[in-house]
Amino acid sequence: MEFQSLYEAMSKMDGYCYPNEIELNWSVLIVLYPYITGLVAGAFILASLNRVFNIKALKPTYELSLLTAFSFMLVATMPLIFHLGKPFRFYEIMTTPHLTSAMAIFGFVYLWYLMVVLLLEIWFDYRYDMTIWSKENPGFKSIIYKILTLGIKDVSNKSRITDNKLGYFITVVGIPSAFILHGYVGFIFGSVKANPWWSTVMMPVIFLFSAMVSGIALVMFIYMAVSIIRKQKLDMICLDAIGKYLFYILLIDFVLEGLDQIHRIYVAEESFDILNLLVHGKLFFTFFIMQGLIGTLIPLLTLGTFQFLKPKENIRKFVYFILSLCVLVGIFFMRWNVVIGGQLFSKSFYGFTDFKLDMIGKEGFLGGMIWLVVPLIILTILLWLLPPWKKAPHIEHE
Amino acid sequence: MPVQVKRLLIAFAVFIALFLVARHFLRPATFGEYGHYRGAALKENEDRPIKYVNMNETCITCHDSIAAVRDSSVHKSINCQTCHGPGYKHVDDPQKTNIVKEHAREFCGRCHSKNPARAKVIKQIDMNEHNKEDECISCHNSHNPVLW
Ligand code: HEC
Ligand code: HEC
Ligand code: HEC
Ligand code: HEC
Repeated sequence: MEFQSLYEAMSKMDGYCYPNEIELNWSVLIVLYPYITGLVAGAFILASLNRVFNIKALKPTYELSLLTAFSFMLVATMPLIFHLGKPFRFYEIMTTPHLTSAMAIFGFVYLWYLMVVLLLEIWFDYRYDMTIWSKENPGFKSIIYKILTLGIKDVSNKSRITDNKLGYFITVVGIPSAFILHGYVGFIFGSVKANPWWSTVMMPVIFLFSAMVSGIALVMFIYMAVSIIRKQKLDMICLDAIGKYLFYILLIDFVLEGLDQIHRIYVAEESFDILNLLVHGKLFFTFFIMQGLIGTLIPLLTLGTFQFLKPKENIRKFVYFILSLCVLVGIFFMRWNVVIGGQLFSKSFYGFTDFKLDMIGKEGFLGGMIWLVVPLIILTILLWLLPPWKKAPHIEHE
Repeated sequence: MPVQVKRLLIAFAVFIALFLVARHFLRPATFGEYGHYRGAALKENEDRPIKYVNMNETCITCHDSIAAVRDSSVHKSINCQTCHGPGYKHVDDPQKTNIVKEHAREFCGRCHSKNPARAKVIKQIDMNEHNKEDECISCHNSHNPVLW
């Protein structure tokens, strides 16, 4: 957006701002970037917990979490690319990498995670089934499966055991990778020294835990939605287990973020006054109401209560459904508060600028929504191609 | 080695090879010649036409009378092209109307309108007060504004 006059620009400000702070450079697309990456990391970590610690209750969501992670991963960079002034130069981050730039390295962290971790884990998990399906399905679908299996026809038990072992190995590599992936996103913000709202060593950790929270909530939501669409009975043991993990991770996340804020308040550096005004003023609604109340306290109290007294199944189902949405919205606003909040106050600590989300345009509300809808479309296609419910039962081996 | 690993290794090798090939073609030829940028960019910038010409060698040789007026005036420190814009086209073909000749009050106001942030050495007038009916140049000679 360009201003017609200095007066128009100044009408956005309170107090003093440096000229380059009046207009926010990072808008909703940059909010979506950590949000979507977080969903990926979170959904993957849920799947990995399930596999590495062999949590039986979570089994029904294993493939679903992986496919969810994968479909969101495919679009994770799209908000970034569309934010660029010259989107068609996006590949230069890979072809002429700048090794001292935090953002440039993210390209490789991303590629590692996408290609080596997610893709391989899904591949090992589905390899056997895809081989079977390539025989069962006629025509086009069969060709896709054949390509996806890289032409492997082996369906022996031995080959399945190999798949399992290698998949397990990838999962073990994958957990730290997922931590790195999202820790890295936190690091990109946390390492901005000049911005007191971002610059904290806690940032990667907080991002990571909030990522796990949002990922688990997303899987919970998608599991319920998919089951309802397929008219399948929801596995309450599974849902309760997800609810339990959501509760614990949300609790840790809440405590970590609380610690960070307490630290800020107690240390009360020279930036404290402006940040205090920020959260009580421009961020009041998104910080206290959306992130704090809807995204954290309500889910925390409800899920906490469920750990002791469980209401009837139907009520639990309904509540889980609502809570997963609350958490998803809450974490979105957590990202919002970080990204937008960090740009609303002047680094002179003497004033604020303002931000209004446009409706249309690539940086607008609808432009942003696209990147939350596209993953769901991809997921639908993936579920058609690789339906978890048609997979052969797992084999036990040692 | 299990067949899965073999095929995956091949797939990854192909992927990496494709990446390297793509990189070879996508990476600009002169990239990294001097630093982390396209070496040819220096030459490209150098080759761009110079739009602001040397005033003493051009404008003044043809418009000597105007130059003389300006030189003895309060506007003497201002380059012709500050008011008339870049002169490279005009110098090549002076007969055409290819140089800016401003008339509007706002033009003089760029430097003279009242603005507390402006250095006081430049005399300031209130654009809404100072003879607001007429163009500045109807009273002031732009090349020697104290003459009217
Ligand atoms: C080669 C000689 C020559 C040079 C060099 C030259 N001019 Fe001119 N200029 C002319 C001629 C001839 C005219 C046309 C006079 C006319 O139409 O009466 C002219 C006209 C102008 C006009 C009036 C244009 C109009 O639309 O009425 C301006 C202003 C001007 N020159 C400025 C400059 C400036 C500034 C420079 C230096 C960058 C410059 N000239 C360099 C020859 C020159
Ligand atoms: C303070 C701004 C300013 C500077 C500096 C300036 N001019 Fe001008 N010049 C003007 C304006 C305004 C006009 C139009 C006046 C008019 O139409 O009566 C003009 C008109 C002219 C004309 C056309 C005269 C005509 O009668 O149509 C020429 C030629 C010219 N300038 C040349 C020059 C040259 C050469 C220099 C540098 C020595 C120069 N000017 C410096 C503002 C300036
Ligand atoms: C590029 C900036 C600039 C532009 C454009 C400009 N001036 Fe000036 N003007 C100056 C400077 C610098 C001085 C000399 C400092 C001073 O005495 O105020 C000056 C001086 C003057 C003075 C003398 C003030 C005094 O009493 O000392 C007058 C009158 C004047 N300009 C009128 C004009 C008019 C009329 C125009 C439009 C044709 C014009 N100026 C365009 C910069 C500019
Ligand atoms: C009706 C004729 C007329 C017009 C039109 C006019 N001026 Fe003047 N201007 C004068 C006279 C006469 C003076 C000197 C007396 C004075 O200071 O008021 C003057 C003085 C000035 C001064 C010097 C002020 C000072 O503090 O010493 C500036 C600068 C100036 N004019 C700029 C402009 C500009 C710019 C415009 C166009 C926006 C303009 N004038 C239009 C007649 C005019």
